[in-house]
Amino acid sequence: MTSLLASNDGLLEATGITKTFPGVRALDDVSLRVRAGRLLALLGENGAGKSTLMNVLSGVFPPDAGTITLGRGKSVNFANPRAAQDHGIGIVHQELNLVPGLTIAENIWLGREPRTSAGFIDYRRLNADTAAILARLDLKISPVTLVGDLRVGQQQLVEIGKALSANARVLILDEPTSSLSAHEVEVLFNVIAELKKQDVGLVYITHKFEELARLCDDVVIMRDGRVVGEMPYEGLTRERIIQLMAGRESKDVFQKSAFEPGAELLKVENVSLTGSASGSAGRRLLVNNVSLTLRRREVLGIFGLVGAGRTELLETIFGLHPRRTSGNISVCGKPASFRSPADAIRAGLALAPEDRKRDGLILPMSVAANASLASLRRTLRGGFVSRRKESDYLIPYVDRFRVKTPSLDQLIVNLSGGNQQKVILAKWLATDPKILLLDEPTRGIDVNAKREIYAFIDELARNGLGLIVVSSELPEVLALSDRILVMCEGRKTAEFTRAEATPERVLHAALPDRAALAS
Amino acid sequence: MPLSPQLTSQFVRLRSLIALVLMTVALSLLSPNFLTADNGINILRQVSINMCLSIGMTLVILSGGIDLSVGSILGFAGAIAAGLVKNGLSIPGTDLHLQFTTSGAILAAVFVGALLGLHNGVAITRFRLPPFIATLGMLSIARGLAFLWTGGFPITGLGADFGFIGTGAWLGVPMPVWIMVAFAILFFVVTKRTRFGRHLYAVGGNECAARLTGLSVSRIKIAVYTLAGALAGVAGLIVTARLDSAQPNAGLSYELDAIAAVVIGGTSLSGGRGTIFGTVLGCLIIGVLNNGLFLLNVPPMLQYVIKGYVILIAVAIDQASAPRNRDSS
Repeated sequence: MTSLLASNDGLLEATGITKTFPGVRALDDVSLRVRAGRLLALLGENGAGKSTLMNVLSGVFPPDAGTITLGRGKSVNFANPRAAQDHGIGIVHQELNLVPGLTIAENIWLGREPRTSAGFIDYRRLNADTAAILARLDLKISPVTLVGDLRVGQQQLVEIGKALSANARVLILDEPTSSLSAHEVEVLFNVIAELKKQDVGLVYITHKFEELARLCDDVVIMRDGRVVGEMPYEGLTRERIIQLMAGRESKDVFQKSAFEPGAELLKVENVSLTGSASGSAGRRLLVNNVSLTLRRREVLGIFGLVGAGRTELLETIFGLHPRRTSGNISVCGKPASFRSPADAIRAGLALAPEDRKRDGLILPMSVAANASLASLRRTLRGGFVSRRKESDYLIPYVDRFRVKTPSLDQLIVNLSGGNQQKVILAKWLATDPKILLLDEPTRGIDVNAKREIYAFIDELARNGLGLIVVSSELPEVLALSDRILVMCEGRKTAEFTRAEATPERVLHAALPDRAALAS
Repeated sequence: MPLSPQLTSQFVRLRSLIALVLMTVALSLLSPNFLTADNGINILRQVSINMCLSIGMTLVILSGGIDLSVGSILGFAGAIAAGLVKNGLSIPGTDLHLQFTTSGAILAAVFVGALLGLHNGVAITRFRLPPFIATLGMLSIARGLAFLWTGGFPITGLGADFGFIGTGAWLGVPMPVWIMVAFAILFFVVTKRTRFGRHLYAVGGNECAARLTGLSVSRIKIAVYTLAGALAGVAGLIVTARLDSAQPNAGLSYELDAIAAVVIGGTSLSGGRGTIFGTVLGCLIIGVLNNGLFLLNVPPMLQYVIKGYVILIAVAIDQASAPRNRDSS
């Protein structure tokens, strides 16, 4: 095998990969080359297409166009992740895919268990092979420990061990260090160095640039589903990388109008949120001492990478985690202590959540029932819900947001993502809120609906609301916001006025720095 | 099926009705005794008990839960009513002895049913037990209470006043049928036209979204189990009054018939989807099937097998036509 590779160090070559999801071109003519014994760092903002590309390469879903070739120009189509695995491509996903009720050994060899001649699982070999892998990872734990009993960092190492066990020729690591301790990171880096010596090709996705110096040979930078830079790492600076990741005019997205902000609506002081899990992970602060203010006719953008604590901050303000919250919140100058979302709604807040299907919509219900759910009182006639009154008062909102639906009785599940989001906006505006919290309001929405939603945000601010918009799309935050608050690892790391905010400065504040890594 | 979505959903909504009509037509042709006024009334009287339980069960299942305890609550509530009517209540440790009027005993039985339902609701919300477990526990608790209260023996000879609930008639229609119709209409309106009804569908359809919309999910769930318990109490009154006797093991495994009726009526076990009207049809389908199989002299052992397959087929058809919203993103 090595002789074959020695003549050609290209292990995997992807050419012209294109992948479209409804309304979004996630990958646009992307090409990539993984070489033996080298580590290729794949960099880009959230939503740049990194994970989609890795999913295509590892057989999670097929590309719409483009080819993947292995070794010497053998073109392959992966029907499923197993097929990619059989071709020597291993992947460690960012989220863990382990069965908590099985042991480490059973997890690592799941679906590939060695068997005895009688057809039973050969536990002796299973555990011995696993012990060897654990030794490589410097994990001093018995192979028969239940995965559910491990810390998250250890689980991540088990996931890496699973990829090692398959003897992959190409190993993809998607933010593998996000929950590892300093020592575990060190062990992982040693394993990576060892793999490079064995001529394994690695693809490494990360937001921690300081890791690159230790490991990296080549860099590919993605933005908006395209590769915008491909170069050797040697001599590259952090500033140059950020410039390439961000480097796009935000002007073309949307032109915001400027109004004079009014009185203070919301003041959040030193708010923290502790984790819900028991043990060491539970004591971590998901939101760490964040303060902010919001005034009438103002849009406050909150930017941060996934996991920065943005969603948790909104949920905390909205009264969803009263028992784990500390700090002070006041609305219109009056101190507020929300015991539940109902309290927050009464005080004039509204929250459109990030994951519409999971947290926002009642999928089996109609458009009308979803839209009126937060303000059903207004539909009552003699104590009963009046369908006519309901549609009479909903129609202006539905019209205002130009919801495209054949009728109010249509099931919400049959609407497009953009129209579903508009129904959620209509639902909250019907409660007459003063403060609107929008978490990723344009996620999974096509370009035209996006523009409409930007215009609504602008219009609502003009009409006197205060809005907080959380987004992981940099141009969106830059275009919409009067002020931008940047979060990283639960903390507020910077706040910019519209004039001060440049893509580079905002992104810089959102990326974890060396000091944070060491702690 | 190349039908338009509207037509398909219309068909889905009417499917139970079509099935019921087809069964009625078939049985009318097969048995001369089926399509008579007497037999019709007979069927309605037989389904009235299951209907009361099934209406409560529909509320519970719509909210995304399940209630295995209604059969036991039925038995205990019936025993309470019978005991109070016949013997009154001696407060232990005192000389106090309370006599109960018939209506007092009836109210007490419904109240006890509601109380045990409340117990379910609190166990599920405050103590976070899965509904299956909380009500499985209550299945045993309420049955045990029924045996303790009766000492294991039936309480009989309850008087004509009390018996009227079960055996009386008004305008030629038996009282159990009136009770069943009243509750069916009441809860049809509650689910379709009240805030509580909407909130119930919302909680069952998506609990996270309901909570974020400011609904008090716990309060709604507690209300639902309390109502299911109260309705089981009503069913217990009917059973006891009809037999003029409270058996401590009355209502054994009735919860399963109620779940079957709800499911045949097209209500989704995952919550948020279904109607009281569907449940009414589901009860009638089971009732007509029981009655028809009896009239056709189908051996009782075979009747069980046939009923079992009716449930399986009904749900299989539901599954085949249910909207599949697997994540497309």
